[in-house]
Amino acid sequence: MKIRSWLAGLAMAGVAAGAMPALAAEFDGVTVNILTQTGPSISGPMQARAPEFEKQTGAKINVITVPFSDIYQKLLTDWSTGTNSIDAAVFAPQWMVDYAASGFLEDLTPRMEGDESLEQDDIAPFFREFSQKYAGKTYMMTFDGDFHMIFYRTDVLEELGKQPPKTWEDYLDIAQAAHGKDMNGDGQPDFGSCIGKKRNAQGYWFLTSVAGGYIQAKGTSEGVFFNTEDMTPLIDNAGFRKALEVYKKTSEYGPPDELNLDVADTRVMFVAGRCALSMDWGDIGSMSVDPSMSKVTGKVGATILPGSKEVIDRTTGEFVACDANTCPHAIDGLNHAPFAAFGGWGGGINANADPKVKDAAYAFFSYLSQPAQSNQDVTKGETGFNPYRLSQLEDVATWEKMGMGKENAESYLGAIKTSLNSPNMILDLRIPQNQRYQQVVLDTAVARYLAGELDVDATVETVVEGWNEINEELGVEEQLAAYKATIGAE
Amino acid sequence: MAVTSAAHVTAAPPERESLHDWLDRQAGRLFILPAVILILGFSIFPLIASAYLALSRFKLAPGGYTLTFIGWFNFKKMLTGSQQFHLLGTFGAITLVGWVTILGTVALVVWGMLRYVRSGRATVVGWIGRLIMIATALALAVLFAVNLGEGGQLGTIATTMFYVVGGVAVQFAIGLGLALLCAKPIRGRSFFRVLFFVPLMVTPVGIAYTFRMLADTAVGPFAPLWHWLGFAQTSWSADAWTARFVVLIGDSWQWIPFIFIVLLAAIESQPRDEVEAAQLDGASGWQIFRDITWPSIAPVAATVVLIRAIEAFKIIDLPNVLTNGGPGIATESLTLHAFSEWRALNLGGSAAVAYILLFLSTITCVSFFNFLVKPMREGRA
Repeated sequence: MKIRSWLAGLAMAGVAAGAMPALAAEFDGVTVNILTQTGPSISGPMQARAPEFEKQTGAKINVITVPFSDIYQKLLTDWSTGTNSIDAAVFAPQWMVDYAASGFLEDLTPRMEGDESLEQDDIAPFFREFSQKYAGKTYMMTFDGDFHMIFYRTDVLEELGKQPPKTWEDYLDIAQAAHGKDMNGDGQPDFGSCIGKKRNAQGYWFLTSVAGGYIQAKGTSEGVFFNTEDMTPLIDNAGFRKALEVYKKTSEYGPPDELNLDVADTRVMFVAGRCALSMDWGDIGSMSVDPSMSKVTGKVGATILPGSKEVIDRTTGEFVACDANTCPHAIDGLNHAPFAAFGGWGGGINANADPKVKDAAYAFFSYLSQPAQSNQDVTKGETGFNPYRLSQLEDVATWEKMGMGKENAESYLGAIKTSLNSPNMILDLRIPQNQRYQQVVLDTAVARYLAGELDVDATVETVVEGWNEINEELGVEEQLAAYKATIGAE
Repeated sequence: MAVTSAAHVTAAPPERESLHDWLDRQAGRLFILPAVILILGFSIFPLIASAYLALSRFKLAPGGYTLTFIGWFNFKKMLTGSQQFHLLGTFGAITLVGWVTILGTVALVVWGMLRYVRSGRATVVGWIGRLIMIATALALAVLFAVNLGEGGQLGTIATTMFYVVGGVAVQFAIGLGLALLCAKPIRGRSFFRVLFFVPLMVTPVGIAYTFRMLADTAVGPFAPLWHWLGFAQTSWSADAWTARFVVLIGDSWQWIPFIFIVLLAAIESQPRDEVEAAQLDGASGWQIFRDITWPSIAPVAATVVLIRAIEAFKIIDLPNVLTNGGPGIATESLTLHAFSEWRALNLGGSAAVAYILLFLSTITCVSFFNFLVKPMREGRA
């Protein structure tokens, strides 16, 4: 408590170095092992901030990095076997349910409630109330605001006489019109749409982003993955089928090797000026103003995920037109369902770590999340952190100064704000063993569909069978209860 | 007198064995005991534990995890259930080529069995081994026939066998060719030996990432050539077979040096006098290779193929880094399949895939050893 009070006081007063020796004694000799993904993103800003934190508090911060695909298992193996060599981790909030329900994660609720320096009220409500919490308790501290949006080239759309896409039909129309044009002046034809569709990467999230607007209309608690009555997968319906078709159609206007590209590839392509449209997390926004990599500074706009004029009727699985009853949160008659895919990187602390180490780990996480640090980190493309604080969404001037242009900065931050304020935001799947549902069953089926191994019906059948099988293995009632708890369904 | 003396010796009470004698007698066992304990601790025990895991369901529970015994469920799911497409592939209608493959395998099996019966050396153990091998060979032939049939698709077993059979064949052919070339008294021979050996010294993941950059047709070093050839709008990664071949090429790039270096050593240790005598007699290069070099290096060649095949069954780095198993599941190997399940916390399913891989690789490699390596060694002896 003393540490937090000190940090809070210091942050409020804007004092740093002068008072820090008093803190140094507090964590002197304490080493904190924090696991996260291999850099430069995510681990990069942590490694950059660690020395200054060490200097101020005496705590030694060891940032241990492993590839993204290994984090979940590394943590699980370390914590479930009682090895406990990892004191804290920065990971996907989706995995929180597995760790928290098993008692591996420290309940951060009391610490965060008493930590004024965090300025929790400044954190967007979606992250504060949903993303950081499981079963009403806060187990993670958010460092990154993650959800999908559409990025577009303002100059290309202007040349084509098109408006930013409001529906998926608009998206396909723009992609078709722009495909094959030279958009970066290198004399080579470029692409209408770039979406990372590589298997075992992020493809299944992008498909869910397309499907969301067709399936979920009545708010976050309605859910997009399962029927909250009986845990029936929301797959065998007209909305999911249409999403599959749209998703595949975007490949016609994409790079020839799109099936082997992940977001790291498509981001680089977009900022190199090779794509007119892309679906991504917020990273393209910050990368587009990085002069070391961007050829499209000042030419990038962003908008909320496209919506739909019709949504599925959950009893029949068929489309019905949007009206006040079927789409209560519609904007201009279109149902938008922004998808908080992945949910944003956050920090959690090992409940079985030494109390002093837990204090030091918390102090470091708090330091990372405080506005003084995070407001800088979210504007740097290489950090992998995107805006998640309300004040960051109002700060148009910083982005403008970095070369984004006022209009584009407003569009970028506006897209984030509109998504975050949407009551129809889709929360990513957070039930036990969610990786089997998404990364194994859904991802494999989608990859086979895109590769032409399965048609739409066979893809639907495969996903439904796979998800039902996992439900039965793990217990339908238990999984339903967990699903309802995470999305806040009655 | 002699009888009396013998009886006397027999009747005398046995002398007490000293500790020194006992240690002397047990020395052999004592010396190997640490190794046995290590093997049991680090190899046999995990094998048994993973066998139990393959028959169980792993679930996280407060404070740790639970393992529930579920019998053959994980195997059933892979072989006949929802994951059949993944492991065994999709079955299509058998084409003429498929039938030829099946009938060819049957003919080969019948021929081999007749030879075995006629040899007069048939044993019960020999019969059991051969029956297991026959069942596996026929099953694989049928699997390939249905996977390659109309509407069929390869699963992870067939893809792995493609990497093993196709990859090792390509690597052996090129490795042998390079070894024969480098055995010649040509200029810069030492330089080429080192150059050809370099990929083997790089870590497999490093090889995979390097090859990924080389194979990038958009910005890789061969991109201009790719575009010049008119392939700018096509990608190897979008087609199942080209993707498999690219993985195979990457794997070959890494492993040809291993075969090359072993065969080069074998070629250089063949008796020079026989070669020189043949040259004096006017034998052609092909005749020298067929009648002197090949018989001399055949046992080493068979052994190196065996070692390489064992390794090839475990391929994971290249498909994981190059394609993540895609497009679809086209390039996914059994090890990558097991890894994907493990990563998603399906530890039982992952162990089941690993056991299927173990059976398949053991039967294939033991058969290869018994029916090819051993006869070659005996023939040489």
